[in-house]
Amino acid sequence: MYKLTIEETAYFCQPDETVLDALLRENVNIPYACKKGTCHSCMVRSPDTPPPEAAQAGLKSTLKKRNHFLACLCHPEQDMVIKLPDQSEFYTEGTVVANEMLNRNTLLLIIAFKDAFEFNAGQFVNLQRPDGLTRSYSIANIPQQSNTLEFHIRRLPNGRFSEWLHDEIKVGDSIAVSEPRGHCFYLPERHEQGLLLVGTGTGLAPLAGILTDALAQGHTGPIYLFHGSREVEDLYRVDEMRQLSEQHENFQYMPCISGKHVPEGFIHGRVNDVALASLTDLKGWRIFLCGHPEMVNQMKKMTFLKGAASADIYADAFTVSPT
Amino acid sequence: MTDIKNNEEVIMSKALYERIGGEPAVNAAVDIFYRKVLNDDRINHFFDNVDMEKQAAKQKAFLTMAFGGPHNYTGEDMRKGHAHLVKMGLDDSHFDAVVENLGATLNELNVPQELITEVVAICETTRNDVLGR
Repeated sequence: MYKLTIEETAYFCQPDETVLDALLRENVNIPYACKKGTCHSCMVRSPDTPPPEAAQAGLKSTLKKRNHFLACLCHPEQDMVIKLPDQSEFYTEGTVVANEMLNRNTLLLIIAFKDAFEFNAGQFVNLQRPDGLTRSYSIANIPQQSNTLEFHIRRLPNGRFSEWLHDEIKVGDSIAVSEPRGHCFYLPERHEQGLLLVGTGTGLAPLAGILTDALAQGHTGPIYLFHGSREVEDLYRVDEMRQLSEQHENFQYMPCISGKHVPEGFIHGRVNDVALASLTDLKGWRIFLCGHPEMVNQMKKMTFLKGAASADIYADAFTVSPT
Repeated sequence: MTDIKNNEEVIMSKALYERIGGEPAVNAAVDIFYRKVLNDDRINHFFDNVDMEKQAAKQKAFLTMAFGGPHNYTGEDMRKGHAHLVKMGLDDSHFDAVVENLGATLNELNVPQELITEVVAICETTRNDVLGR
């Protein structure tokens, strides 16, 4: 009989029970539906130990890597600590070491930590203001660099949180940062696979992390990054990306402008249309989509229709919290 | 009597699931099938506002059922799950189109015709529930 620990409470899993059966018997409030591994409603996480392989059947490889598993398929093989999806988070205090503008409305914020902060490039964290207001932001750097996290913060009109970060936060201030979340990140497998990265606005943040990570891990397949906005003033890191594409033969950078004024060196059109017109067959490709929810949802469908396998499509739609 | 009959049905349908190739067959079919459905102008408007990832999991559950595999769907689930689509006009022609896409998928995967016939027969048992009749 193995012990299941959730927050401070221990439960016991009988030999013939699944984790879901045991938790339901103990009246733990856990979402579930099909009880056979199809609907993924009962997905939970084992932060400390890898779960049994059979309990991860059918999950995306990035979810597997983060020790997510399906409670309904899990017969424990050892004691387990379990995190439910809605469980309150653990926050770490970090110190702001840089805040400067990347363009007219996007702030580069770098937060440093005393100890190494473990994450995968492309994941996001929640930042918390002292009064408890919380927002999610994507991490833009890779873990190998230093004990820092880099964020790109777009100023939203009447955005309480982004205005606070833009106007009030200074170097030396401390900010509470949650554990990393999300499964839109690069895994070092199938190095020869094509990678398509499509983002709008600060969707570049997770994509830049994913790109840097893929290049650092020696990805050899073609990598295309399409970054779009309405006006050229809202793109950023253009020179840096162009330089990267000069250094790496397999990396193509395509900055796209959907508005009327398109300077030389930029492509006219919506980033999704340009990407789909440039790459007609996506069979075997791995896809990363970040930014505007409409773009992300449309592209999930279109890249799938153009041949990408559903398991190879990773997406992070940026939703705006109501103010 | 009823128990014996149900048992026989279970044995028969298990056999189909095994003969068709079990879960690996479902995995091989799901993307091909769902891509056909999304490309089919007769029915793709029913999928305009759905989340791709959740939908892929549902398609997998559907194929498992259609292949005679283990599933927990009841007729009531089928009714509830499709009621909003019936309101949008879901009818026999759309049901037929889905079955046609499934048949074409299995054809593409070189599944023998007699197995496809069995799959189609299982789909037929859900028609009235799906269409809310």
